[in-house]
Amino acid sequence: MDGMAGTSSRVTWAVNLSAFILVVLWVLPTVGLLISSFRDRDQISASGWWTALSASEQNIQIRAAAPDEAQPEGSLWVIEGEVAEGGREVTAFGVNSRRPVEFAPGEVADRNGVAVTVTDTGAYRIAYPEKPEGSRGLRLFVTTVEPPRFTLENYETVLFSEGIGRSFLNTFTVTIPATVIPILIAAFAAYALAWMEFPGRALLIAVVVGLLVVPLQMALIPLLKLHNSIGIGKAYFGIWMAHTGFGLPLAIYLLRNYIAGLPKEVIESARVDGATDFDIFRRIVLPLSFPALASFAIFQFLWVWNDLLIATVFLGNNEDQLVMTGRLRELLGSRGGDWEILAASAFVSIAVPILVFFSMQRYLVRGLLAGSVKGG
Amino acid sequence: MATFQPLFWALFTMVVGVFGCVAYFWVSNMLLDRAFPARGAQAGRNILRANAIRPWLFLFPAIAILGVYLIYPVINSAWLSLHGSRGQEFVGLDNWRWMVGDDKFLESMVNNLLWLFVVPALATLFGLIAAAVTDRIRWGNLAKSLIFMPMAISFIGASVIWKFVYDYRGEGQEQIGILNAIVVGLGGEPQAWITIPFWNSFFLMLILVWIQTGFAMVILSAALRGIPEETIEAAVLDGATPLQVFWKIKVPQIWGTIAVVWTTITILVLKVFDIVLAMTNGQWGSQVLANLMFDWMFRGADFGRASAVAMVIMLLVTPIMIWNIRNARAEG
Repeated sequence: MDGMAGTSSRVTWAVNLSAFILVVLWVLPTVGLLISSFRDRDQISASGWWTALSASEQNIQIRAAAPDEAQPEGSLWVIEGEVAEGGREVTAFGVNSRRPVEFAPGEVADRNGVAVTVTDTGAYRIAYPEKPEGSRGLRLFVTTVEPPRFTLENYETVLFSEGIGRSFLNTFTVTIPATVIPILIAAFAAYALAWMEFPGRALLIAVVVGLLVVPLQMALIPLLKLHNSIGIGKAYFGIWMAHTGFGLPLAIYLLRNYIAGLPKEVIESARVDGATDFDIFRRIVLPLSFPALASFAIFQFLWVWNDLLIATVFLGNNEDQLVMTGRLRELLGSRGGDWEILAASAFVSIAVPILVFFSMQRYLVRGLLAGSVKGG
Repeated sequence: MATFQPLFWALFTMVVGVFGCVAYFWVSNMLLDRAFPARGAQAGRNILRANAIRPWLFLFPAIAILGVYLIYPVINSAWLSLHGSRGQEFVGLDNWRWMVGDDKFLESMVNNLLWLFVVPALATLFGLIAAAVTDRIRWGNLAKSLIFMPMAISFIGASVIWKFVYDYRGEGQEQIGILNAIVVGLGGEPQAWITIPFWNSFFLMLILVWIQTGFAMVILSAALRGIPEETIEAAVLDGATPLQVFWKIKVPQIWGTIAVVWTTITILVLKVFDIVLAMTNGQWGSQVLANLMFDWMFRGADFGRASAVAMVIMLLVTPIMIWNIRNARAEG
């Protein structure tokens, strides 16, 4: 492939560039919201997130303190103060709304005998020749440069007052049992389908493969009616069972494929030694199947954590039961324009799956390759 | 305490559930061994009998749950689709007749067909390109991780992320959505993307493509690495350019995998619901079947019609189901 040196370096260059473009395109939407989640409300609506890292220029208009408060200083009456709360650099100011950037910081503007000056750190000084009166301060027009500024306030807000913290707990309550229970049940079934002889085995495997693709929509109404009739209509137990049911086909399919591929000699020799199937399963098959168990566990965890449909149908809408995806959906409706809340909430809900994803990617990929019949 | 109660219950139930499962398997096996001891005069016959029963002990919980949670609902949905709004009175094919004449249903069908074509096609294409380029660069693993990452994000989280990309402010205001900022930067007029009938569906599809490309990339990259070197070397010796090698030598050899990726994404597309619910809730002509079903189930409170819509989704999946079963049986 590296026949001609010139072509090959051009190809390498093109490949690197296209990979780079793809990665940027894929990461950009997430990065945009992530950066926004650290900006405050005003910044988000004033400028795009891509400007967040550079200093931003702002024109502000303030009213100086009332003339009544002027203090005598020599022959003058002086008012001093700050145009903005600390840290902002002033690049220009003015005393007339039509010429808001007339003066550079440090210059003295003369307004009908009154000397006005604003320093580059934002301190203003107004000197009157005689004792002034009145309660309306002088208007000042100031252009400031604001350094990039980030805040954790949004996260504080969503975690402690928007109910996301509670939903986080609810989501855990749903996810952990809904991940563990199907694994156990599926592992036994998978072993039976892989290594035990009985009539109807082939048919059962076919049924499991068929059930892999049954759309959830089919199950919602019948199961809701069933759950309501036995009193677990809006309860954690109901949703655990529902997730177990919907996760089982993939669990059995993945685990059976893996367990069927274990070396035959190991299992046969254990049988010859008089071990029962239960012992073989417990002592040999289960430890050897760890990679497959981990793969499915990650699948199921991500699927349950990210699910909205089943949670909406099988859990209530109240504080005790609203999961994070449901909360996000609610926020999208009620606070659709409050990006600081939405962004922070979204990242609280995304954080755990992303963490699981990056730490267990190996198993996830292995599981995908083994079970790419189902689409999650 | 009130906060931790559910967590406590979760832990409690988890322990009980896990322990209960283990206990079930343990006790039932023990009982079986007691009933048919593998010694004594009838040892041979007992072993045979125990071996005939044991698989069913292992399978029982799985079969029971699959039966109740997947097989019964399919039958029950078919039955409900022939009944009235609360499933009481038999109405024959009324729900189906209503469906065929309903504008929203037809709109959903058309949109679903668009989704069915566009999303698998684009996700597979981008996945193929991503697999091809990331396999040939030094930082390929990092690039793969980053493209794959949206897989871990919930549909609703992805919707929030993309709603921000599509954000629209009136003309003259500072655009904070990057798409509109680019459009304005190029001299165009800002658009409220997700409210433009017909085209808005494509903006929603893009979200799913964004999520699924990583999946396609991972599977296809494994397939590409499995291609025998000789075929590629032969083509290079014959003077094929890298692009020709890719499209004419490599891609034809992984058609089987491409088909698997395509069908997997197809199944997912048919079930897509969260994205439409979060972005438009089916307004501005963007309705799809899964969300229409949800609509009739909750807002319409008509179980008959909702079941009929669900049956349509089931019917659309059925060919793939049959194909999968035949493949699985052929493999053994």
